[in-house]
Amino acid sequence: MKTAAETEKQRWERETLAPALEQAPERLESFTTISGHPIDRLYSADDPGAVRDLSGPGVFPYTRGIHATGYRGKLWTLRQFAGFGAPEDTNARYKALLAAGGTGLSVAFDLPTLMGRDPDHELSLGEVGKCGVNITSLADMEALFDDISLEDITTSMTINSPAAMIFAMYLVVAEQQGADWTRLSGTIQNDILKEFIAQKEYIYPPRPSMRLITDVFAFCGTQVPRWNTISVSGYHIREAGSTAIQELAFTIRDGIEYVQWGVDAGLDVDQFVPRMSFFFNAHSDFFEEIAKYRAARTLWAQAMRHRFAARNERSWKLRFHSQTAGVSLTARQPHNNVVRTALQALSAVIGGTNSLHTNSLDEALALPTAEAATLALRTQQIIAHESGVVGDVDPFGGSYFVEALTKQMEGGATAYFDQIDRLGGMVTAIEQGFPQREVAESSYRFQRSLERKEKVIVGVNDFVQEHDPTIEILYLDDTTASRQLARLDALKARRDRTRVARALDDLRRTARTRENLMTPILEAVRAYATLGEMCDALRDVWGEYEETPII
Amino acid sequence: MRTLRVVIAKPGLDGHDRGAKVIARALRDAGMEVIYTGLRQTPEQIVTAALQEDADVIGLSILSGAHNHIVPRLMERLAAKGLSDVLVLIGGIIPDVDVPKLKEIGVKGIFLPGTPMQEIIDFINTHARARA
Repeated sequence: MKTAAETEKQRWERETLAPALEQAPERLESFTTISGHPIDRLYSADDPGAVRDLSGPGVFPYTRGIHATGYRGKLWTLRQFAGFGAPEDTNARYKALLAAGGTGLSVAFDLPTLMGRDPDHELSLGEVGKCGVNITSLADMEALFDDISLEDITTSMTINSPAAMIFAMYLVVAEQQGADWTRLSGTIQNDILKEFIAQKEYIYPPRPSMRLITDVFAFCGTQVPRWNTISVSGYHIREAGSTAIQELAFTIRDGIEYVQWGVDAGLDVDQFVPRMSFFFNAHSDFFEEIAKYRAARTLWAQAMRHRFAARNERSWKLRFHSQTAGVSLTARQPHNNVVRTALQALSAVIGGTNSLHTNSLDEALALPTAEAATLALRTQQIIAHESGVVGDVDPFGGSYFVEALTKQMEGGATAYFDQIDRLGGMVTAIEQGFPQREVAESSYRFQRSLERKEKVIVGVNDFVQEHDPTIEILYLDDTTASRQLARLDALKARRDRTRVARALDDLRRTARTRENLMTPILEAVRAYATLGEMCDALRDVWGEYEETPII
Repeated sequence: MRTLRVVIAKPGLDGHDRGAKVIARALRDAGMEVIYTGLRQTPEQIVTAALQEDADVIGLSILSGAHNHIVPRLMERLAAKGLSDVLVLIGGIIPDVDVPKLKEIGVKGIFLPGTPMQEIIDFINTHARARA
């Protein structure tokens, strides 16, 4: 009998669900997302957050998207991350990607470059050109973009600690091509906070590292106004083992931290915030990811408008790149990775990504072959042109489940914001190891759930085959290091030594003042100072960061 | 027999330490004594840590492709210090073609992405001998 207080859902539970459960219990006691977040069997109008007053896409707080026309106006940028070997090797790959219909470039640098070490440094042993392209000086940047017009493409560069130096090299190459800096567009990752939290490619301690970033904000505001000065990244936090809520919370809170430091450095919110962009993971749990992207836009818009009193709509709009989850790729039965990547990419597209990289099937084994990279690009093209999901701006808007999940993501992130605010901000929280501990804990919990088979990875902890099919992988020879070392010697012999020494001295001097560092960095780049020399000059002043490892 | 002592190390420039940290914790939970070196260790530093810690096992986490350079150097230094009986394992991204070369120079176990922790624990328990 229906009582007055009984909702439709309660009636269904009593009349239909209860007898069904009695006949046949469910397969699992509880269902959770890949992050371990509990999921109810059914969401209805009565569930918290399931029905919300949604403004349309293009309207604050942009839960449904930042563009009124979604992908009907413009597709996301199909941006495939690539880089290996010496600059000329990667230059050839870029030309092939552009010819295949790629619409933007994305540079992967090797570890010596990411860590600001020249190829002749002891720790560069075996690493030159391995995980990306090696860039030691302006000469290498010239070779990387040889015959590619920088005014006509957009370039994303995944570089963090030495971002200012690599960006300066790019600007000087553009200048040599006769390009106008005000017409250049692209992105530098330039996000040091997630390095301390997750990827660990930091050089200097957090506070001077933050100063380099606000110097880039200030410089671009006047000199390179169309450049995205930062890509605040949750990708690596997720890859390091965080949950979706942690990825969302730490990324948006990192973004807030950069805005605060920019404001404290005297910058105008509505001038530098519109040039900030974001980067999220596209992981395997389809609906959780869609909810995460929708929540991210909402949280950012609210933080910019209410916390920082931003008035420019462009400050409120969160633009983001996404990449499918590298960590989800398996070395076993590698062809399965194509399917994983396609599903992950689909969630990013439905979640409104502005730019996307799809991983290649062979990446748990090596850097991708050209064929595997092409298939990954084709995956995006099939979603864009065959799947039909691009016709509606927010296909899951109003879904009880997706709306409730979006609300739960927002709630979980807000709780973390409060906690981090109480610690005194993200830099302090990082210095105390707070986000690092949270991520390590989640990563271990997930591994345990795999061991207990509470979560299944096809081909890894279930559906295992004795003999996996083998695939052809890219095998990098070791000539890159010797080629780059020979180049470095030749460069050192031909450049103007006095000019280099003077530029590096000026860089050290400026680091001790509050003047903008981009000016001496640009001069050092033009003098063909190496990346290692520039980074060492700042190491002399600021020292190097060493973390206390948290297990 | 005393508890097995394991040094987990991240050589090279790479900072991706998820695997190193998860295995360190799993081995500790399995009753081993685990010492994690932290990031960016040279082969020399790892050998020194193994010596100081009286390690029975060294676990290297390498994802960057630098194994063909780092591991031979480490094995040489270990031999020079009289530590050839330490069980050396690698976890990470290692192409098939490199596996025989690494085994030939004395690496006993190579574990690719997706290896269950229990498999590594069992491997260590079977192959490592606590040093007297």
